[in-house]
Amino acid sequence: MEKHKKILEYTLSSLLRRRYKNLAIITVFSFIVAALYSILFLTHSLKKEALTVLKEAPELIVQKVSGGRHDLIPTDYMKRIQEIYGVGRIIPRYWGYYYDAITDSNYTLMGINGTHVLHSNSKDNENYPSPIPLPQGEGARGRVKDVFSDENIKGLKLLNGRMPSNRKECAIGKGVSDVRFTGIDGEIFLIDSKGKVLTFHVVGVFASESAILTNDLIVINKDDILELFGMPSDRATDIAVEVYNELEIPFVASKIREILPDTRPIMKGEIIRTYETLFNWRSGVIFTMFLGALLAFCILAWDKATGLSAEERQEIGILKAIGWETGDVLELKFWEGIVISFTSILTGMIIAYIHIFFLGASLFAPVLRGWSVLFPPFRLIPYVDLYQVFVVLFLTVIPYVASTIIPSWKAAITDPDTVMRG
Amino acid sequence: MKYKIFIGLILSEILLILALYVFSQMLIERRSIEITAKKILVRELMLTDLSIWTEARYTRHPSQADLFTPFQDFPSSVEHFPAGSIIAPPENIKTWKSIKRY
Repeated sequence: MEKHKKILEYTLSSLLRRRYKNLAIITVFSFIVAALYSILFLTHSLKKEALTVLKEAPELIVQKVSGGRHDLIPTDYMKRIQEIYGVGRIIPRYWGYYYDAITDSNYTLMGINGTHVLHSNSKDNENYPSPIPLPQGEGARGRVKDVFSDENIKGLKLLNGRMPSNRKECAIGKGVSDVRFTGIDGEIFLIDSKGKVLTFHVVGVFASESAILTNDLIVINKDDILELFGMPSDRATDIAVEVYNELEIPFVASKIREILPDTRPIMKGEIIRTYETLFNWRSGVIFTMFLGALLAFCILAWDKATGLSAEERQEIGILKAIGWETGDVLELKFWEGIVISFTSILTGMIIAYIHIFFLGASLFAPVLRGWSVLFPPFRLIPYVDLYQVFVVLFLTVIPYVASTIIPSWKAAITDPDTVMRG
Repeated sequence: MKYKIFIGLILSEILLILALYVFSQMLIERRSIEITAKKILVRELMLTDLSIWTEARYTRHPSQADLFTPFQDFPSSVEHFPAGSIIAPPENIKTWKSIKRY
């Protein structure tokens, strides 16, 4: 044990003799590791959050497809879908996009009749009717009964103010509120399909905690959205279909395609798979960034593995000449690799955690933002996958230590005189 | 002496990482109410997508995009938006034999 301590002590003295070079290696190594961990932390956290909340998405969305494009769907289709066994509530969805020329941003507009849960959380809910009734009977939305029970939703801050209950009222996302400099009791102007300016009274602003879902959202009355977009009253954007038994969703989807061939049912499983792919670290730009960092690490390790500096070779020669065994030299180099790689890995991991979970991935935001004017701030929940943490740990420490030991082993088994002479 | 400083440094970094991990678990627990609130929003407003990229309709609602998006203007047209390059092609495109009609 004493021998190992002495070798470690010598290793640290040796590293300190070349302090600027080693400090540079530790800095570069730490930043590469920080980049790798940042990508893994960001994608895992976003994926976990998306998959958790989107489990509550509608079981089936039925779109009408015309000329290969999404078209408005006749509300008559609901009667045909209702005939399918196993189908629960069928609700038409009214939504669309609005380009705001004042701010150069795109909003998502959604028309509602009102929702029970959101209203029971708003300040004047006693006087507000509940046009979408809560489920009746056994089995209807039973799996979420407990989660959304009145006891559980008390105290949840979904929106400040309330949801729109009358015509020309709206609830807006935090992003819209910021970009239009408006809030509760303010007004928002939108131009309808005939060029007429419609004024909406802001009665609610979604809480900033939910910005990842509602940042660009403007929720208005269903009749207002029909007027704004000039939609016929017998058409909806798409139809949400509830299926009691999740196992029957593919069957119901194929049945809908059979009886309504011009439609495209989108299953909840497909929505979830989309987000699994979207936030997979092995996809798109995220993978490119990951690969870049990994390549930088490989170059660093390769540089170490391809040879020792003249100074290092001379040091090994002197150590051998004064009686160090080959095993001792290898242990010295092992500790050198461990000191540098462990210091860098742990520092990189801490930097990555602070970057993603305290600074909201501020370095990646410009890349991820793209051309979006309204982009939600990342308030990521720190979901950390220990498997990923250990994979990166082993993938960087072991190659680096190996790349430090192998060239030293070659020098250590050579005659000290030859090594010292270079 | 130097090795004691080194071991102290490594141990303090490990302790900091462990503290951050414990902090994460506590924060996940504390923010579980926020997740419940988001689930209510998704359920009651029937949302299907996250509001991250608002630059194009297929980046705002990737799960609801047309089957041939992003080649929406003409076949083989180039992708316009930076966010589109973040999204990898779906699995069924990579193995096109398994394409389903729904």
